[in-house]
Amino acid sequence: MKRVVSAKDAISLIKDNATIMIGGFLECGAPDLLVDELVKQKTQNLTMISNDTTYPHADKGRLIVNKQVKKLIAAHIGTNPETGRQMESGELDVELVPMGTLIEKIRAKGTGLGGVLTPTGVGTVIEKDKKTMEVDGKKFIFEKPLGADFALIYGTKVDKFGNVSYYGTTRNLNTVMATAAETVIVQADELVDCLDPNEVVIPGLFIDYVVVKGEK
Amino acid sequence: MDLTAEKTLQKRQQISGYTTNPIFHSNKKEGLSKEKIREIIAKRAAKEFKEGDVVTLGIGLPTAVANYVPENMHIIFQSENGLLGVGKDQNKENIDKRIINAGGGYVEAAYGACFYDSQMAFTMMRGGHIDATVLGALQVDEDGSLASWIIPGKMVPGMGGSMDLVVGAQKVIVAMEHTSKGQIKIVQKCDLPLTAYKEVDLIITERCVFEVTHKGLLMTEINPMFSMEDIKESTGAHFKIAQNLKYMEI
Repeated sequence: MKRVVSAKDAISLIKDNATIMIGGFLECGAPDLLVDELVKQKTQNLTMISNDTTYPHADKGRLIVNKQVKKLIAAHIGTNPETGRQMESGELDVELVPMGTLIEKIRAKGTGLGGVLTPTGVGTVIEKDKKTMEVDGKKFIFEKPLGADFALIYGTKVDKFGNVSYYGTTRNLNTVMATAAETVIVQADELVDCLDPNEVVIPGLFIDYVVVKGEK
Repeated sequence: MDLTAEKTLQKRQQISGYTTNPIFHSNKKEGLSKEKIREIIAKRAAKEFKEGDVVTLGIGLPTAVANYVPENMHIIFQSENGLLGVGKDQNKENIDKRIINAGGGYVEAAYGACFYDSQMAFTMMRGGHIDATVLGALQVDEDGSLASWIIPGKMVPGMGGSMDLVVGAQKVIVAMEHTSKGQIKIVQKCDLPLTAYKEVDLIITERCVFEVTHKGLLMTEINPMFSMEDIKESTGAHFKIAQNLKYMEI
C-alpha cells in the first residue's frame, strides 16, 4: 500500500536547492495542486526540469514568477514571458533542450542507461561542447541521463498500490518522469481501491506518495 | 538563373495574359491580406499529402493546413503532446481540459485516435514514422537548413519539439510568408541559430514554391500575381526555375 498524504506533507519533503521534475504539457496533465503547495511553502533555489513553464498565472509558471527557480531545464518557454525576461536579465539560468532529447535523457536515467545517441540537434548549437559519434555513417550527439531528487506528477486515477491511469493527453512527460527521481509524488484526480491491471499506465512500484486532489 | 526556364515562363505568361493584366501587379503592390496569404500557403501545403499520411503540423499558420485537406482524403494528424488523430476544436460550451493539441488548444480525439505519452510521441517523430510535417520558420536557406526557435537577445521561445520533428519526419515542408515585414527569410545561409541542418524538402510561400534539391533551390511554382523580378527581389537565396514551372492556385 502506498502512502496517501496531504499535499502539504508531501511537498514539505522538498527542501531548498532540490532538483525537481514536474510533469505536464502546458496546463494539461500538470500536478497543479502540488505546485501550488510548492508556491505556498516558498521552497527556494530549485532546479526545475519540465517541458515548459506554462503561463505566468498557472502551476509551473508561478514558480518562475515567484523566483523560486534558479535553474530551469526545459524545451519551450515561449508561453511565459517572465521566463524569457528572467533569462535575459540573468536571474534565471535556462538550459533549453529539444523536447525529444529531454524525454530521452530522463528515460535514460530511469531505465539505467549511461545516456543516449540522438540525431536531433546535429549541425546546430545543441551540438556544442558535446561528444558526437558516427553510427553506420550517420552522426549522433551523445546526451547524458537526467534525474532529479523529486518528481511531481499527475495521474487521473491512482489506486492504493500506486498504479496510475490516464485520461486524454494528460500522460505527456508524467510517465517518464516517474522513473527518474529519488522520490515520486503523484497527484491523483481520484483515488480508487484497485485499477483494472489493463488500464495501468505507470506501474505502482515507481510511486512513493499519493496526494488526492480535493483532499487536504 | 536558368535562362531557358525563364523564357518558358515569359512565354507562358504571355499565353495566359498575366503579364499584360494590370490587376495582378496592382494587387501585388497593394499587398495581399494576411488572410489571403494564409489561405494561399495553407491550401498549397495541403496538396502535399497523400491518402493515409500521418502528418504533424506546427503551431500558427501550419495549423490552418488541416482546413484544406480534401474531404474524401483521410489524413491522420499527430500532436507531440500525445494524440494521434487530432480532431476538430472542442465545443466551447463543454470544454474538457484533459485533451489538448500541442498549441494548448482544446481539441477532440478523431474517430480512430489514440493517446500516448511523450516518449511514444517522439518515437513517432524522431523515429521516422511521420510522413510529413508542415512548420513555419524565421529563415530557410538554400541548403535546406532552417532557423525557427530563437532570435538572440530578442525572442527565445525555445525549440520545443521542432528539432526532433524536422530531423525525423519523412518530408519537411516549410510553410511561411515569403518575407517578414520586408525582411528576407529565404536566404543563402541562415544567420540565426539553426533548428536543423539540411532537413527541409519544400518551401511554400504566398509567392512561390521551392523544392530543396542537392543542387540548391528549384522554383517549381509561382503565384501569377507576382513577377519573376518580384521573387528575385524578395529572395536572398540563389534558385533555379523548373522547366515545367507551374502557376500556384490562388
